Amino acid sequence: MTLLILLGTSFLAAIILAFVGDRRYAAEINILGSTATFIAGVALAVHVYLDGPMIAGGKFFFVDAFSVYLTVLTAFVSMTTAIFSRRYMRREREHGRVGHWGMRFYHAMFQLFIFAMLLALLTNNVGVLWIAMELATLSTVLLVSLYRTPTAIEAAWKYFILCGVGIAQALFGTVLLYFAAEKVLGEGGEALLWTNLSQVSTQLEPTVLRLAFVFLMVGYGTKVGLVPLHNWLPDAHSEGPTPISAVLSGLLLNIALYALVRCKVLVDGSTGTNQAGNLMMGFGLLSILVAAFSLLRQKDIKRMFAYSSIEHMGIATFAFGLGGPIATFGALLHMLVHSLTKSSIFFTVGHASQMHETQEMEKIKGLIRGNPLVGWGLMLGVMAIVGMPPFGVFTSEFLILTATMKDAALLAPLLLLGLGVAFAALFRRVQPMVAGAIPLYQKPLKAAHIPVILHMVLVLIIGLYMPNFLSRWFHTAVELLK
Amino acid sequence: MNIIYPAAVEVLQFLILLFAAPVFVGWVRMLKCWFQGRTSAGLLQPHRDIMKLFYKDVVLAENASWIFRFTPYLVFGATAVAGGVIPILSVGLPLSATADIIALVALFTISRFFTALAGLDIGTAFGGMGSSREKTIASLAEPAMLMAIFTVSLVSQSTSLSQMVNVIAHGEFVLRPSLAFALLAFVLITLAETGRIPVDNPATHLELTMIHEAMILEYSGRHLALIEWAGMMKLFLFTALGIASFFPWGIAAAGDIAFLPVTTVLLLFKLILAGIGLVLIETGLAKMRLFRLTEFLGSAFLFATLGLLSYFILE
Amino acid sequence: MSTNIAAQMNSVLAALVLLTAFGLLVQRRVYGLLHLFAWQGLFLSISTAVVGFVSSQHHLYISSVLTLALKVIVLPYILHTLIIRLKIHKEVETVVNVPATMLIGIALVIFSYHLTAPIRDLSTLVTKSTIAVALATVMLGLLMMITRRHAVTQIIGFLAMENGLFFAATSATYGMPLVVELGVALDILIAAFIFGIFFFHIRETFDSLDVEQMAMLKEED
Repeated sequence: MTLLILLGTSFLAAIILAFVGDRRYAAEINILGSTATFIAGVALAVHVYLDGPMIAGGKFFFVDAFSVYLTVLTAFVSMTTAIFSRRYMRREREHGRVGHWGMRFYHAMFQLFIFAMLLALLTNNVGVLWIAMELATLSTVLLVSLYRTPTAIEAAWKYFILCGVGIAQALFGTVLLYFAAEKVLGEGGEALLWTNLSQVSTQLEPTVLRLAFVFLMVGYGTKVGLVPLHNWLPDAHSEGPTPISAVLSGLLLNIALYALVRCKVLVDGSTGTNQAGNLMMGFGLLSILVAAFSLLRQKDIKRMFAYSSIEHMGIATFAFGLGGPIATFGALLHMLVHSLTKSSIFFTVGHASQMHETQEMEKIKGLIRGNPLVGWGLMLGVMAIVGMPPFGVFTSEFLILTATMKDAALLAPLLLLGLGVAFAALFRRVQPMVAGAIPLYQKPLKAAHIPVILHMVLVLIIGLYMPNFLSRWFHTAVELLK
Repeated sequence: MNIIYPAAVEVLQFLILLFAAPVFVGWVRMLKCWFQGRTSAGLLQPHRDIMKLFYKDVVLAENASWIFRFTPYLVFGATAVAGGVIPILSVGLPLSATADIIALVALFTISRFFTALAGLDIGTAFGGMGSSREKTIASLAEPAMLMAIFTVSLVSQSTSLSQMVNVIAHGEFVLRPSLAFALLAFVLITLAETGRIPVDNPATHLELTMIHEAMILEYSGRHLALIEWAGMMKLFLFTALGIASFFPWGIAAAGDIAFLPVTTVLLLFKLILAGIGLVLIETGLAKMRLFRLTEFLGSAFLFATLGLLSYFILE
Repeated sequence: MSTNIAAQMNSVLAALVLLTAFGLLVQRRVYGLLHLFAWQGLFLSISTAVVGFVSSQHHLYISSVLTLALKVIVLPYILHTLIIRLKIHKEVETVVNVPATMLIGIALVIFSYHLTAPIRDLSTLVTKSTIAVALATVMLGLLMMITRRHAVTQIIGFLAMENGLFFAATSATYGMPLVVELGVALDILIAAFIFGIFFFHIRETFDSLDVEQMAMLKEED
C-alpha cells in the first residue's frame, strides 16, 4: 500500500501539474507532491527496516535495504529540489528565460522523472528497470533544452542520442540475461524477476552473463557518466535549468549505478570470479582520472561541477567493483553523501549564476558579501565535496581508500592522484568566487535557504556521527551485494 | 557411346552459343525498341551486322603492334572456350573438366586484359581513356564476382560448375538467403562486366561516356566483327552462367539425350525472361556518373559478401 | 508449415532485415530512408509471427501486431507528417565515403557473428542463427547514427537499432515477457513525440536539421 502511494503520488502529481500549468500555485503543488512522496518513502523505509525485505504486487515490486535507502534519498533530494526550484524558477520566469509552456512542462516532467526513478528502484523486474531508466532519460531530455538556446538544444540532443544509444546496449544485455535465466527458470515473466535471478545466479551460464555484462556496463555506464561514455553529461548539466542539474547529478546517476550494481551481483554469482568488478574498477578509475584533469580546464561553473560528478561516480563505481565489505560500505555511503552535497552545491551555484547572470567563473565574485547563504553554502559544499573532514564525503572516501590499500594497493596511488588533482582544481576556482568585494553587476536575490542548510547539516552529521539505523541499513545492503 | 554423346552435346552447345548470342542481343534490342515505342530492326540484325563487317577490309593504324592484331582472335577464342565450360544444355561436358569456375573468371579476365592492352596499343586518347576506365571497373567488379561465386561454391561444396549445377538442381529445395544475395550481386556484376546501363551504354559513341566502345574504336573489318561477336557471346554467357548457377532446374543430366529437347525449350524460355529483365533494368535506370561506379560495384561487393556471411550465419 | 520451412523463412526474413539495415546506412533521400525503415519493420513483424507460429508462443502474435502497428504504421506516419511539415521531403543528404561505410558494416556483421557464438551454441531454438543478424542490425543502426549528420537520419538510425533489439529478443528467447515488450513500445512512442518536438526546436534555432552545426559545446582551452 505504501508502495502504491509512493509511486502514485508522483505520477498523479505529474498529471495534475500538466493541467495546472503556469498558475501561481504550481510550484507549491510540486513541493506538496514531493513531500508526500518523501513521507511515503520514509514510511516504506521504516517498514523495511523493521520487517526486512518485502515483495509486493504479485512479485512485481521488491524492496530491500539497498533499494529502500536510495528510495528515501531520491524522495528527499527531489523534495528539497522542489523547494529550491520554487524560488529559482520564479526568478527565471520573471526574467523571461522560461515561457508559459515551459513552466507547465517543467513541473509535470519533474514529477514524471521522479516517478521513473522510483519505479526503477522499486521494481523487481530487470526489464522494467530498463524501461524506467529509459523513461527517466526521456522525461529529462526536454527539460535540458528548456531554455531553447542553441547550446541548450545541442546539449539536449547529445543527451538524447548518446543516452538512447547507450541504453539500447543495456537492453541487449538484458535480453542476454533473460536468455540465460530462461534456461534455468523457464519461460515467462518469472525469469526476469530479480528475486528469482539472485537465487539461481550460480546456475546461470557464465559465458552468456559475461557477454551480457559488457553490454550492461556500456549501457548503464553511459547513464552513470563513466569515461569514455560521459560526453553528454557536462553539456546536459551546464545547459539545463539548475534544479535539473541537481537531480541529474544527485539522483539519476545514482539510479544508473544502482542498476549496474544489481547486474554485477548476478554476473559475479554466475562466473564465481570478480571479472565484472574488475571491469567496473577500470571504468571507475579512468573516470576519476580523466574527470579530475578535466576539472582543471573548466571555465563554466556548472560544467565544472558536472565533471566533479563524473569523478565521484567513478569513485563509487570503483569501490563497488573492488567489492568486499569495507569498499561496498564506502560506496553506499559515498552515493548518499555525494548526492546530498552535490545537489546542495548546485542549489548555490544556481543562485550564484542568477545573481551574476552568467555561468562563467571569472565573472562570479564576492558571493559571501553579496549573499552569505549562497557564498558560505558554496564554500562549505566545495569543502565537503573535495573530501575535507569533518564532512561525510571524507568518511566514505577514507573507507574506500583504506579498502583499496588493502585489496589493490597498486591502484591506491592513482586514486589518490585523482582525488588530489580534483581537490586542487576545485579549491583554486572556488576561492575567488566566494571572497572579494561585490562586483557592480551583481544583483541581490532571495535565495532558497532551507534546502542548502538541510543538506549541509545532514552531510555534516553523517561525517561526525553515523546514525545507528544508517549503518545497519548499509550493513544489510553490503550483505546483499556480496 | 559414352564418348561420342557428350562430345556431340558439346559441339551442339558450341554451335548454339555462336548462333544464339547475336540473337539474344537482337532480342534485347528489339524489346528495348518496343519499350521506347520504336520499330525494331528484327532479331537477326546483329547477325547481319557481323556478316557485313566480315566482308569489309581491315584498316590498321601504322603503329599497331602484334598485340592489336592478335587481340580479336584471342578474345574470341577465350570467350568461345568459356562457352564450352559453362553447362548450358547439359552437365558433365568433356570441356567442363578442364576448368572450374575460378578458371572461368580468369578466362574472361584474359580477354579483358588484352582488350585493354589493344586499346592502349594505338596510342589514341580514347583508347587509353577506355582502357583505364575498363581496368578501374574490373578491379572493383572482379572481387565482387569471385565473392558471389564463392557463395554458390560454398552452398554446393565445389568449384566445379557441373557439380554446382547438380547440387542446386537436384538437391533438396531450400530457401537460401545466401543465394539470393549472390544472385543480386551477380546481376549487378553482369551489368558492369558486359557494359550495360547503368555502367556503360552499349549503344553510344558519345565521347566522354563510353568505356568498352572507346577501347575498340580503332578496330575495323573482321577484327571488329570478332570483338563484337565475342562481346555478344559474353553477354549470353553471363546470362547462361546466371541461369546455370541460380535457376538450373530442367538442365539435362550427363548422358540423358532424351531430355535435351525439354532443356532447350526451357532454356529458351529462361533466356526470353532474362532479356526482359535486362531491358527493364536498362530502361528503368539512367547511366551513372563514372565516379558513382565505386558505389554501384561496392554494393555488388556488399551483396556478395553478405551472401557469403549469411551462408555461415543463417544456414 | 513444418519447422524446417519456418526456419528457412525466418532466415530469409533475417537476411532481408539485414539488407534493409545496410540500405538505411547508405540511403541519401529522406523518403527512401522512411520506406526502408517501414519495410524493415514489416519483415520484423512477419518474422515474429512466423516464429510465434512455429514455437506456438502465442504472445508473439501480440508482439507481431504491436510491431506492425508501431513500426510500420504509426512511426513512419509520424515521421512522414514531420517531414512534410518541416518541408524537408526533397532534401538529399551528403553521405561521405559510401564504400568505406559498407566495409565497416561488413566488419560489424562479422564481429556480431563472432560475439554471439556462445549464445548460438547454447540455444536450442529454431531462431538461434538469427541472433547474429539481430546484433548486427543494432550495430549498423549505431554506425548510422555515427556517420550521418542529419537529425531525422539519426533518429531513423536510433529506431532501426530498436528494431534490432526487438529482433534479438525474438530470436534469442522467443520474445521478452509481455510487460517488458509493452513498456519498451511505450518508451519508443514517447521518444517519437520527443524527437518530433525536437525537430521543430532544432529547425527554429539552427534553420536546418543538419546536426553538424551543433558544435558549440566543446572543451575550450
